[in-house]
Amino acid sequence: MVTARKLLILGGIASALLGMGYGMWYAIFLEHQELGSIGGSLAAGFSAAAERHPVEADAALKQYKELKYAYDRHVDVHGHWIGLAMLLILLGIAMDRVEFSERIKLFLAAGALLGSLLFPLGVLFQTFSHGSAPRGLAVVGSALVIASVAGFTLGFARERKSS
Amino acid sequence: MSSSQPGTSTQAGARNDTAFAPMGARRLLALGGIGLILVGMLVGDMFAVFVLHQNAAKVGASLTAAAHAAVAGDSKSVLASFQTVGGFLENRGTKVDTHVHMIAFGYLALMLAILQPWAAFSEATKKRLAWIFLFGAWLLPVGVFLIHYVGLAYSPLEAIGWASIAADFGGLLVMVASVACLLGLGKWFQQKENQRLRDDLLDDHSPAGRILLAGGLTLVLLGFFHGAYYAAVDLYKHEAMDFSLLSQMTAGAVANDMGMVDSALGQYGQLGGEKAVNIAAHAHAIEFGLLAILLAFFQPYVRLQEAWKRRWAWVLLFGSLLLPVCVLLELNYGLLAGGIADVGGLLVVIALVAMWIGIVRYTGEIDATTTNAGGTP
Repeated sequence: MVTARKLLILGGIASALLGMGYGMWYAIFLEHQELGSIGGSLAAGFSAAAERHPVEADAALKQYKELKYAYDRHVDVHGHWIGLAMLLILLGIAMDRVEFSERIKLFLAAGALLGSLLFPLGVLFQTFSHGSAPRGLAVVGSALVIASVAGFTLGFARERKSS
Repeated sequence: MSSSQPGTSTQAGARNDTAFAPMGARRLLALGGIGLILVGMLVGDMFAVFVLHQNAAKVGASLTAAAHAAVAGDSKSVLASFQTVGGFLENRGTKVDTHVHMIAFGYLALMLAILQPWAAFSEATKKRLAWIFLFGAWLLPVGVFLIHYVGLAYSPLEAIGWASIAADFGGLLVMVASVACLLGLGKWFQQKENQRLRDDLLDDHSPAGRILLAGGLTLVLLGFFHGAYYAAVDLYKHEAMDFSLLSQMTAGAVANDMGMVDSALGQYGQLGGEKAVNIAAHAHAIEFGLLAILLAFFQPYVRLQEAWKRRWAWVLLFGSLLLPVCVLLELNYGLLAGGIADVGGLLVVIALVAMWIGIVRYTGEIDATTTNAGGTP
C-alpha cells in the first residue's frame, strides 16, 4: 500500500535525481553555449550601436532578452526541483509527527509531490512558450506546494498540542 | 547485499547507538554533511565580504565603459569591455555555484544520514556509498571553483575545461550514490513490517527538536510566500526593465546622448541590486528552514545540556531570520543592513559549530564505550 511517507520519500528522491540529471544535462550540453550566446548578443547589440546601426542593435538585444529569459528559467528549474525534493524527503521522514489520519496525510503528500513536479515543469515550459498556460501551470504547482506545506505545518502543531 | 544491519536494535524504545558507529555510514554522512554546510557557508561569507561587491562594481564599470565606447563609436573597445564583463561574471558565477552546491550537498548528506537505517543494504555497502557520495560532493564544488582559474587549458573539448569535467564527474558520483540509496529504500519499503529495523532517532520529541522543526517550517513557508510575491509582482517587471534599460543605452549611444546612457546605466545597477536581494532573501529563508528541520532530527545526537541545545536552536533560528530580512533591507539601508545580515549568517555558523561539537562529543562517548567493551573500534 502506498503510504504518505513512502510517497514523499521515494517521490522526493526521484525528484532530486530528476533535478540533478536535468542540471547535469544542461551543464554539459547547453549552459556554456547559452552563456556564450548571451554575452555575444549583448556585445553585438552595443557594437551595432557604436557603428550607428539601431536596427541591428535592437535585433541583437531582443536575442539577448530571449536567451537570458531561457537561461534564468533553466537554472530555476534545476534549483527548484532539487530544493523541493529535499523538502518532500524531510516531510516524509517527519510524517509520524503529523497528527492527521493517513488519508489526509496521503492527500497532502500527493498535493506536495504533484506541486513539486508541476511548478518546475511550468517554469521549464516557459522556455518553449511565453503564453499563459506554462505560467498557469507554475502558479498551480506553487499553490499546491504552499497549501500542502501549510497543511503539514498544521499537522505538526496538532502533534505538539496532543503530546 | 544483505539486508541485515549489525547492531541495529529491533526493539521499540531501545536506543540504537550502533547506528552511529565509528566510521559508520550515518556518522560519515552526518559529520561530512555538516562539514560541507559549514565550509559552504564560510565560502559564502568570504565571497560576500571580499568578492561580491567588488565584483559587482567591476562589472558595472566594464558595462559603463562599453556603453561609453558605444557613444564614442568605438566598437573595438565595446567588445573588449564585454570580454572583461564575461570574465567577471564567470568569476562571480562559479563562486556562487561553489557556495550553493556545497550547502545543497551538505543537506543531502544529512538527509541520507537520517535515512541510513531504512536503506536495506549491509553496513559495508552503505559505508562505501557514503564515501562515494562525500567524494563527489567535495569534487563538484572544488571543480566548479577552479573553472575560472583553469579555463580551457589542455582541454580536449572546445567549450568545457578539465575543472568542468571534474565537477561533472563529482555530480555523477553524487547521483550514483543517491540512486543506490533510492534502491535501498525501495527494498526497505518492500519488506514486511516485522522485518524492518527500527530507528530511535526519529522518535525523539525533545524541546530543541520541536523548536527547530516548527521554526524551520515557518522559515520555509515565509520563503515560499516571498518567492510567490516576487514572481507575481516583480519578476516580469524586472525582466522587461532589463531589456528596456539596455535598449535605452544603445539608443542613447546611437543618438550620441551620454546623459541618456548614464541615466540608464544608473537604473540598470539599481535593478541588478533589486533582483539580487530578492532572490537571495527567498533562497536563504528556505535553505535555512531546511537546515533547521534537518538539525531537528539530529538533536538526540547532540551531547549538550538540554538548556544549551534550546539556546543554540534559538540562535540558529534568529540568525536564519535575520539574514534574509536584512538582505531585503539592503535596498533601503545599504551597508548597515548588509553588515547585520552578515552577523545573521555568522550566528547560524556559530550555532551549527556548537551542534557539530555536540555530535562529536556524543560519538566520542560511543567510541569510548565500544573500546572499553572490547568491541571493534
